[in-house]
Amino acid sequence: MEKVVTFLLDGEVIQGQEGQSIMQAADEAGKYIPRLCAHKDLTPHGSCRICTVLVNGRPQSACTQPIADGILVESETPKVNQLRTDIIDMLFVEGNHFCMFCEKSGSCELQALAYRFGITAPKYPYQFPQRDVDASHPDIFLDRNRCVLCGRCVRASKEVDGKNVFQFVGRGVEKRIAVNSEQGLKGTDAEVMDKAISVCPVGAILKKRVGYAVPVGRRLYDHQPIGTASEEETTE
Amino acid sequence: MSKPKIATTSLAGCFGCHMSLLDIDERILELAELVEFHKWPINDRKSFSAQCAVGLIEGGCCNEENVEVLRTFRSSCDVLVSVGDCAIMGGIPAMRNMVPLEECLQEAFVDGPTVHNPTGAIPNDVEIPLLLDKVYPCHEVVKIDYYLPGCPPPADTLWEALVALLTNKPISLPYNLIKYD
Amino acid sequence: MSEKVEVVLDQICREVGNDRTRLLDILREVQHRFGGVSGEAVDLIAQRLETPRVEIESVVSFYAFLSEKPNGNVVIRICDDIIDRMHGSETVARAFESELGVQMGQATEDGKISLTHTPCIGMCDQAPAALINDVVVTHLSSDTARTIVAELRENHDPTQLVKELGDGNNAHDLVSSMVQNNIRLRGPVILTDFEPGSALKKALAMSPVEVIRNVKTARLRGRGGAGFPTGMKWEFTRAAKADKRYIICNADEGEPGTFKDRVLLTEYPDLLFEGMTIGGYAIGAKEGIVYLRGEYTYLRKFLESVLERRREEGILGRSVCGVEDFDFDIRIQMGAGAYICGEETALISSCEGLRGDPKNRPPFPAQSGYLGYPSSVNNVETLCCTARIMEHGPGWFSSHGTDRSTGTKLLSISGDCKRPGIYEVSLSTSLREILGLAGAEDAQALQVGGPSGQMVGRQEFDKTICYDDFPTGGSMMVFGPQRNLLEVVHAFLEFFVEESCGYCTPCRVGNVLLKQRIEKILDEKGEPADLQYLEELAQTVKMASRCGLGQTSPNPVLSTLKRFRSEYERRVKPATDGRQPGFDLSEAVAQAVNIVGRESTHS
Repeated sequence: MEKVVTFLLDGEVIQGQEGQSIMQAADEAGKYIPRLCAHKDLTPHGSCRICTVLVNGRPQSACTQPIADGILVESETPKVNQLRTDIIDMLFVEGNHFCMFCEKSGSCELQALAYRFGITAPKYPYQFPQRDVDASHPDIFLDRNRCVLCGRCVRASKEVDGKNVFQFVGRGVEKRIAVNSEQGLKGTDAEVMDKAISVCPVGAILKKRVGYAVPVGRRLYDHQPIGTASEEETTE
Repeated sequence: MSKPKIATTSLAGCFGCHMSLLDIDERILELAELVEFHKWPINDRKSFSAQCAVGLIEGGCCNEENVEVLRTFRSSCDVLVSVGDCAIMGGIPAMRNMVPLEECLQEAFVDGPTVHNPTGAIPNDVEIPLLLDKVYPCHEVVKIDYYLPGCPPPADTLWEALVALLTNKPISLPYNLIKYD
Repeated sequence: MSEKVEVVLDQICREVGNDRTRLLDILREVQHRFGGVSGEAVDLIAQRLETPRVEIESVVSFYAFLSEKPNGNVVIRICDDIIDRMHGSETVARAFESELGVQMGQATEDGKISLTHTPCIGMCDQAPAALINDVVVTHLSSDTARTIVAELRENHDPTQLVKELGDGNNAHDLVSSMVQNNIRLRGPVILTDFEPGSALKKALAMSPVEVIRNVKTARLRGRGGAGFPTGMKWEFTRAAKADKRYIICNADEGEPGTFKDRVLLTEYPDLLFEGMTIGGYAIGAKEGIVYLRGEYTYLRKFLESVLERRREEGILGRSVCGVEDFDFDIRIQMGAGAYICGEETALISSCEGLRGDPKNRPPFPAQSGYLGYPSSVNNVETLCCTARIMEHGPGWFSSHGTDRSTGTKLLSISGDCKRPGIYEVSLSTSLREILGLAGAEDAQALQVGGPSGQMVGRQEFDKTICYDDFPTGGSMMVFGPQRNLLEVVHAFLEFFVEESCGYCTPCRVGNVLLKQRIEKILDEKGEPADLQYLEELAQTVKMASRCGLGQTSPNPVLSTLKRFRSEYERRVKPATDGRQPGFDLSEAVAQAVNIVGRESTHS
């Protein structure tokens, strides 16, 4: 039998199984920890840092940090939420996020996080980087302007689809998503039903000919903050 | 006691945010009871003749005239509010920010597929304000006190914010009223 | 695709057994042979290694010394760290540009010579310096730049640029370098004579557990800067259940301003290899890897020859020193220009032929490191110390330094001082004494531990370099009273922006934002609110970043805000009329003025 591990999350006693991450244990207990690169079907990445929590006072990413007996985890505190807000601000100014015409708007996890934290304008200056769009594939768009480098597509392609369509190239501010062909996405074996295509949290990877399929007011995050669903799912 | 004055303007915007303001429907009457619209597109007043309590800015700064208007609003309004995505992040006009200015003009007036311009000249009348190197969010040009995002911001957002400002309460928008689209 | 390229690539891949984990070696060789790793080469390598091409592209694009576009046969890389700049590297760079008729980052018209910048190459004690292919040229001036270009145009052979050889092993046939050791002060622990095999024999007379106990008794702490107890690291690695373990030497000395490992590798390679062998014995490893930074390629053949000699002497290889069940060998893994690879998990990624991204921890390398096996990554100097502990005993070692900081420390001192070079000092030495030794009594500030360390001012010069005051990997950059410290901060941030791997958000974006705000203040567009902005942003980057790079990159900002706040305060002024001082209308319309040919009526 799995060993039970007991720890404190924002003062509440949480029990999980040994080997679980703080995020997994928190999810099972119905406590949402904000996240972007993490996805329940994929190996944790630990890159966006939005799930940063303080573990006995030390910052750790909840998606990669294993639970341990007696640890004190701070998540919903002003200090930690300030870090998260700053990171979300960084992601907004780093890319070119034109929500007003993005098909993902309303169901975008980055946007939803910003809504959840009540951000009305980022505190950092917009960078307006030059990024490439790859529209070569008949069924899929890749718009790097909106990419947040979460690596979900990279992992999903490998781990779920058994392909290697996406990978990171470059480093630092030059880091970007590349595809496994010099001809762009059309030269790869990417298919519209791939997990890699649907896991994109933002509008960087989109299916063509879908458009604004869900009317405003009925989209995922129009009325409920991100994280609400996960809390409900686990309490059901 | 005289009513507090309000001023509004549209810089590099589409007037959609102003339309949203009109979308507060019958509450516009209530608003008119509360405030005096000192300078706004409806009365087309050219300059400030009094200090205003609140200035609402739609649109970002794409040219030198926008900057001048924005600076005038800053010095003539006690509280300045960036209204809508263009004011806050440049919006649709800022899509040119990733392209050098010279290429933008070339494409718009010479090379564009729908352009008919036999002389190949780029318009250059002294009356045309010079373009900035990119479209600037308003808060990168002057200090902004509040932000109301949206394209446009919902009418309720504008209403809630104005009521709060005019009754000296902090603007605190519920989840439903912060939208980026 | 020419047949020749295919044949050569085939051979290069086959030499490492078409092993995906040796990708960095393959790519370095391809870069060397063809001046770049072209798309066709990427395809061929991908086929040979049965790896998706984008994985190869991913690795190529990560390392500064690898390029997709072909470089010239000769690549001139001018070191542009702050110390080199203070010694005139920018003038030298202009001279190279005008002589070659190209700008930085370009190649000559015939495509034969490329010119570019590179971060610290470990030659701050003989700045300005440059790498020309693998050849190091030092003490550059505009005049030498002209001579160098003339000679390169003539023979395209950088090795012929070395006229006078340096001291010690720099003059060795296999090194043949003009680099000088600049050993200014020898101490009792490291920079003294060493008889190869002497420490190893004593270690092998003990059990591995006893060896580890001795290192623990000596209270040796890691010399790379973090100060983790070496004995504990070895103990953890030994304790991890596995059928293989690795000891890895971190010779990716990339912290700007440090060059002590360069001298150790040049003059004390036996001491290092002995320390590694002892470490291998202690943790139960059969293989050691020296991760040597690409900038030190000029030492590689020499180091290989020392390894070969040790094999011949029976102190490396099969049954080391005749101990039947102890086989241990060492291979050298070359880096390819990435500061982040000095971070131990990034270094392991790089050894595995991956991008130099740090790994998520846990698991720690001691549990699961190189190829998933328990690994101990130790600094060059640390490993040298372990050999000395075996040689003279833990009591002797801990008699040096202080109670909590035992032994001596090598310092690399450079900048505004009369005697730049290597100093071996006690860990109880004060900064003032260090500055006195180096001839820098008038220093305004001392950067302790390189850009990721702390900038310290006069009021704290009586503190020491022990682990409780200012622990340091050894980089000591001296800034005289004439220096603008904010420009120093800016240079450090440029470095971190360049070297961030980009994996996590705060480091990738935050460092750019920090740099931009320092630029705003340097441009005299700053306002008092910018100080708070910098402080909060720096804290966020420090707290939220995933690895040591981002956790320390804000230090230049934070330590100067703390100790040199007036440097900021005297440059900022309150904004007026509600305007943003960062926005300059005449700058913003400059392009338009240029295009339409009339002046602004508003600015």
